[in-house]
Amino acid sequence: MPRHVVGPVEEIPPGARKLVEAEGKRVVVFNLDGEFFALSDRCPHQGGPLHKGPVMGLVESPCPGEYRYGRAGEIVRCPWHAWEFDIRTGRSRFDPRRMKVRAFPACVEDGATLQAETFPVRVEQAYVVVEL
Amino acid sequence: MDLHPMVPGLAALEPFLDPLWRDQISQRGMEGFDTQSYPPNAPKTVRADWRPADGSKPACTIEQLRAQVLEPWGISRGIVTPLYGVQLVFNEDMAAGFTRALNDWTRARFLDEDTRLAASIILPMFNAEHAVAEIERLAPDPRFVQAMVLVMGETPLGRRHNWPIFEALVKHDLPLAIHAGSSWRNPVTSLGWASWYMEDYAANQQAFQSTLASLITEGVFSKFPTLKVVLLESGVSWLPAFLWRLSKTWKGVRFEVPWVDRSPIEIVRENVRMSVQPFDAPEDAETVDRLMNHLGSDEMLLWSSDWPHWQFDGPPRLPPGIGPELMQKICVDNARATYRRLAWETVP
Repeated sequence: MPRHVVGPVEEIPPGARKLVEAEGKRVVVFNLDGEFFALSDRCPHQGGPLHKGPVMGLVESPCPGEYRYGRAGEIVRCPWHAWEFDIRTGRSRFDPRRMKVRAFPACVEDGATLQAETFPVRVEQAYVVVEL
Repeated sequence: MDLHPMVPGLAALEPFLDPLWRDQISQRGMEGFDTQSYPPNAPKTVRADWRPADGSKPACTIEQLRAQVLEPWGISRGIVTPLYGVQLVFNEDMAAGFTRALNDWTRARFLDEDTRLAASIILPMFNAEHAVAEIERLAPDPRFVQAMVLVMGETPLGRRHNWPIFEALVKHDLPLAIHAGSSWRNPVTSLGWASWYMEDYAANQQAFQSTLASLITEGVFSKFPTLKVVLLESGVSWLPAFLWRLSKTWKGVRFEVPWVDRSPIEIVRENVRMSVQPFDAPEDAETVDRLMNHLGSDEMLLWSSDWPHWQFDGPPRLPPGIGPELMQKICVDNARATYRRLAWETVP
């Protein structure tokens, strides 16, 4: 799979996200508390730009009137119809099996390794890389 | 089902009333509890050819029910649901007292007279404790196969103050029937009062939609997954379009109602049943077939008559294009699956 350097880790602090275009794709990269995840920027519903959607935690309930709220900032909602997607997996909350946004592998690599692969990077920095 | 025997007058309930309430009929000069949904003399209340020629009371005896429904249509089991307005009285103690009498009148005048008949427990809904007590009182009699409320109540039906009622229904394997009609606590439309009968009748459909939305969003079917709800005289063809909007919106605002863990469409297919009178579709088999596809289930529909009301088209028939398999489901199998108490043989 083609690899694409999104940018230095410092460019996407925890809770932030960055839209990148590479290999003809628009991908939004999220930093969840130091872990990076990449989703297609096209909502599988009608193509809404997920990088402009609000993020929130996940609300669940064992029974009516009881709320469990956790996983702060790990759910992105499409700005068009507010569908919830799990940033970690791309799966929708309402139909996780059939409705999901494409997720791409993302990782952090140091500049020295990437330089060997001829990416234009600086040795002393760490970079976010996605496989497209 | 959806048979509506009429109480011929308040005196008919006297043998079944506690002395306290029986004496208040004369002490207060009470005239009757006919509801404005069905004024006794209004043409729509009784189809003209079902009114006795001699001017006597229509649709109030077992003989009339036999002669007009059970015999001519070859009905093997019928469910009677009187719509006399006793449960709507503002004084909740009086409402409970007269509702008990109505349910006992139904048992004595119909259930004891004909083994083909089962009945609805009419619920006094303005006090949940009273409603639960009435369920507990009558549930041991298996001939009561469901409980009935009107679609337009005092508050949206799914609210938690009604949950003890749902709990009691589930405990006794009693479906909750919701019938068209108003308790007159609110205008019949959210816009205010309607001017005409046709507005009023069409408004019931809005009330059914709002009631379904309330039951689903409040989480009634999450809390009571085995509760069956039967819509009576609701119409059918509006349901798919309504569910489309409800389910579409749920996808975006699920976080408001996290206990709704399935699409409202799935919940309705599993927990809700509807009577086929009225169906609200053209006389066109292809259209009916498309509607059935939209419903997405052949287990939801139950045959009904609405006797003696004028809205009933009679003679008994099904929408065009219903094949023999679906007919068997609508007329027999779906009712048996919904009303398991119909199969209980023991009569106390």
